[in-house]
Amino acid sequence: MKPLLTTKTLSRDFGGLRAVDNVDFSLMPGEIRAIIGPNGAGKTTFVSLVCGRIEPSAGTVAFDGADITRLPAHRRVRLGIAYTFQVTSIFAGLSAYDNVVLPVQRTLGDGRGKGAVRAATMDALDRVGLAQRAATPAGQLAYGHQRLLEVAMGLALKPRLLILDEPTQGLSDAEIDSFIPLVRGIAKDATVLIIEHNMQVVMELAHRITVFNAGKILAEGTPEQIRGNEAVQDAYLGTAHG
Amino acid sequence: MIGEASSAKVHGLHLGIVALLLVLNFILPDYHQSLLSRILVLSVFAMGYNLLFGYVGLLSLGHAMFFSAGLYGAGLAVAHLGWSVPAAFAGGLVCGALLSLVIGVLALRTIGVAFMIVTMMFSQAFFLTILYFAAWTGGDQGVVVPQAGRILHLGALSFDLVDPTVRFIAALVLFSICLFVTTAIIRSRHGRVLVAIRENEERTRMLGYDIFANKLAAVVVSGTICAAAGAAYALLFGYVGSNFASIQYSILPLLWVLLGGAATTLGPLVGTLVMYYVIDITSFYTSAYLLIVGVFLILLVLFFPKGILGTIRQRWLGWLP
Repeated sequence: MKPLLTTKTLSRDFGGLRAVDNVDFSLMPGEIRAIIGPNGAGKTTFVSLVCGRIEPSAGTVAFDGADITRLPAHRRVRLGIAYTFQVTSIFAGLSAYDNVVLPVQRTLGDGRGKGAVRAATMDALDRVGLAQRAATPAGQLAYGHQRLLEVAMGLALKPRLLILDEPTQGLSDAEIDSFIPLVRGIAKDATVLIIEHNMQVVMELAHRITVFNAGKILAEGTPEQIRGNEAVQDAYLGTAHG
Repeated sequence: MIGEASSAKVHGLHLGIVALLLVLNFILPDYHQSLLSRILVLSVFAMGYNLLFGYVGLLSLGHAMFFSAGLYGAGLAVAHLGWSVPAAFAGGLVCGALLSLVIGVLALRTIGVAFMIVTMMFSQAFFLTILYFAAWTGGDQGVVVPQAGRILHLGALSFDLVDPTVRFIAALVLFSICLFVTTAIIRSRHGRVLVAIRENEERTRMLGYDIFANKLAAVVVSGTICAAAGAAYALLFGYVGSNFASIQYSILPLLWVLLGGAATTLGPLVGTLVMYYVIDITSFYTSAYLLIVGVFLILLVLFFPKGILGTIRQRWLGWLP
């Protein structure tokens, strides 16, 4: 099987700081991959390079075998790379329904009736449990619901690769518990790349984990391998050992 | 969520306004009939401005050039080339569309304050160009469009646009078409994307929309509507002058839209109407009328911060388009 996403020697400098440093990374179709690492390790910068929000200083990004390094972000979204923002980014002034209509109307394309748009929109809202709040202005939703609305917008894009940037940040324990099966459900149709600090979520969800530190990949492996990796414990988990 | 029920209400309201204006044509005294025809044409200018400013959130300070492109395109075509009314009107539209395409491609590389300044600079350059080619444009004197050229021939029928009633009806037809077109645009998928860009540009981009292409389309449609207003102004009122290209006429549509309510379909009409009548009434009583206009505007900002219709929609009538 060929990888869905590959990066080669991918780097990004901000002034003198090398936020992402020579990263070779690949992701297989159908995988749930978690990216972990301390704050400032370059995780968000790395996924931003993948989805095209920022341009790399060096290196390449390939998606489904094609080089997309020079492709603008909106074209990458059309290829099937969806990104949900770390800092909640929704259309606060529009209703939850209107938020989700935007991705739906683009993926459905023209030539479909209003009914199809409405059905697909309600379906995406229903999957994250927000169908009852379709008419509520997004800015008035509770924080946890706003995070879920982001996920619904990502789902509505029908992505092949869904990038979730710290999706459980600020969610309650109960919300996190229902979030895990939601991501598992998404992973039936899409590959998921998730940046996450909550170790319970990471360990339960991820097939494989990539650990970033100081812009480089420090380690990569199954949850068990990462748990047992001393370098990771030093850099990130912070537990004393030996 | 735009429901079917509110859709019927919206079209009903628009039809009602058009019918009301039509009735006004027959009952208003001559002076007010003439003033209202002018207001209708200028509120089309404001509608074009509103499309870009209200819905996409792009504040341009250069829309006088689009209005003037239509004004001069149509007016000079009649005055110098002897074109017929429909051809001159179409010529004005084409001038506006081409100019807004070029300006859009260049100015949309900037955002925010830089976009305001760049559009203003282009508009000033356009203004100075008009003064420079005084041999054709009449410079700051302008050009009077001959009355003989302002007769609209449609088959066997001919309409003299100098006639106050014909002029009013022509202005109303243009106003109604533009009202219908802008309403259709903002309720379309493209319109939804324009509002999304205003609300959160980065998020819209990450939903797979080409921000530049959508903004450029909005600039061209906005510029072309403003050019339609300019072309109609030249043909209906028979005068083409450089003051319409000055900075004042870039700021006026902004003022009218803010007053009436940005991102409301009827705000441009209400804003233009109120502004014109406040000046008209106050200047009748005192030469210091600008002082009163200023106080009036301050009161409106205090009590109607989102413009007249914008505030009415926010407080009382949520369905208002």
